[in-house]
Amino acid sequence: MKRYSIFSLVGNALTGHAHWPLAWRNPPPKKHYDVVVIGGGGHGLATAYYLAKEHGIRDVAVLEKGWLGGGNTGRNTTIVRSNYHLDPNAHFYEFSLKLWERLSQELNFNVMYSARGVLNLVHTPADMDAAMRRGNAMRLNGIDAQFLSRDEIAALIPGLECSPNARFPIQGGLLQPRGGTVRHDAVAWGYARAADALGVDILQQCDVTGIRIERGRVTGVHTTRGDIGASRIGIAVAGHSSRVAAMAGVKLPIESHVLQAMVSEPVKPVLDTVVTSGAVHFYVSQSDKGELVMGGDLDFYNSYAQRGNLPRIEDVVSACLALFPGFGRLRLMRTWGGIMDMTMDGSPIIGKLPVKNLYMTGGWCYGGFKATPASGFVHAWTIAHDEPHPLNAAFTLARFGEGRAIDENGAGPYAWAH
Amino acid sequence: MMLIPCPWCGPRNQIEFTYGGDATLRRPPADAPESAWVDYVYLRDNPCGPIDELWYHGAGCRSWITVRRDTRTHDILAGASAAKPPADDRR
Repeated sequence: MKRYSIFSLVGNALTGHAHWPLAWRNPPPKKHYDVVVIGGGGHGLATAYYLAKEHGIRDVAVLEKGWLGGGNTGRNTTIVRSNYHLDPNAHFYEFSLKLWERLSQELNFNVMYSARGVLNLVHTPADMDAAMRRGNAMRLNGIDAQFLSRDEIAALIPGLECSPNARFPIQGGLLQPRGGTVRHDAVAWGYARAADALGVDILQQCDVTGIRIERGRVTGVHTTRGDIGASRIGIAVAGHSSRVAAMAGVKLPIESHVLQAMVSEPVKPVLDTVVTSGAVHFYVSQSDKGELVMGGDLDFYNSYAQRGNLPRIEDVVSACLALFPGFGRLRLMRTWGGIMDMTMDGSPIIGKLPVKNLYMTGGWCYGGFKATPASGFVHAWTIAHDEPHPLNAAFTLARFGEGRAIDENGAGPYAWAH
Repeated sequence: MMLIPCPWCGPRNQIEFTYGGDATLRRPPADAPESAWVDYVYLRDNPCGPIDELWYHGAGCRSWITVRRDTRTHDILAGASAAKPPADDRR
């Protein structure tokens, strides 16, 4: 891999940018790999990278049905944070945030991590209690959390409607200063380039149509580019986990739902914090291009369509205008949808599946992007050791039947918890 | 915008309805083994394609109905019918 640096940038600028090497190869599939990772989004590419980097397992292929980062990796709202209450989630997402903080150096690829702070607004006394409790739990777990008063919030975010006459009056907010945003495409590209440099084969336009199982263990996959043998298989296809696991006869506690996001036309910098509100189910940040990136609830019906319906867009925009009346003059430029694995407790499933040598990372509900580095790290560990890393030991598939659900919302067995 | 064909009210805007999920789930008998209850409470077929599902027409006739819909396109595939048996304890 040719390293990117100020010298390579200047050198290539002087020669008209005509000599940049390809960031990764486009090899033909081999007959057999030690590990096949299904899914060429952030999670799958990170899994392959950490397999090669941390465990020396370089006979690895990543199979992607479309193009790299064309699924949920390129559809999320780029927010990273670790403001969780329950221990398994807090430890896992904090590990992930620590990986984000040095990921650009690790991959020699600028992923544009911006620690601009993630603020959860508090509108009611019940919100206040919940935010205090969560903030205290975070601090006990060594995670940064600060409670801000309404006046502090008004000073931090000038455009926010903080008057007591607001439709949803703001009482305060819980801020995680190290939370922020990361450029999502760069995450896929950075992991792909670094994994490729370590010998991983990245196979695009390679849709897995079946999983071959002999005597209770996986032996390979059928794909649109032919059959590929595999000693071990990792599934990283959140949104479609039920479909792919079903190829191995495994039924998951997951429903697939569509979540929409949208951007306004680009404007000059107006918002330098990620602002979220649980009460109105809304979150917004401003991208480096100047667009306001926002989202809210699921559409709340099962879907694999990667597009949603207008009522949810209206809800999100209404919430936006209640909090930021000044944004009312902006036009909405683009909306899109992504498919979420919604698990029955709102927490992911990372670990071994009931078929020998078959593993998965998925069930991200709609928090998968921020988990990307840690998900790849512990998924790779689980594949390499055939047992979970301490950070994903709680995220088993069996936990649902064992009464060990990790129910961050305290909502019970319910796939629409968010 | 989805138009959901209510068997009592005709085609109505989706915002009048609340989703009830997979209509094929059946509550096991009280003395069924624990594994049957785990299946019922947690596991889902989650089909990519046609699904029979429950909707509650809360802003209309307040009936539970069954709709067959394609999860890949959101197309309604068949005329809706009254839910049978009536929706159980799901929300």
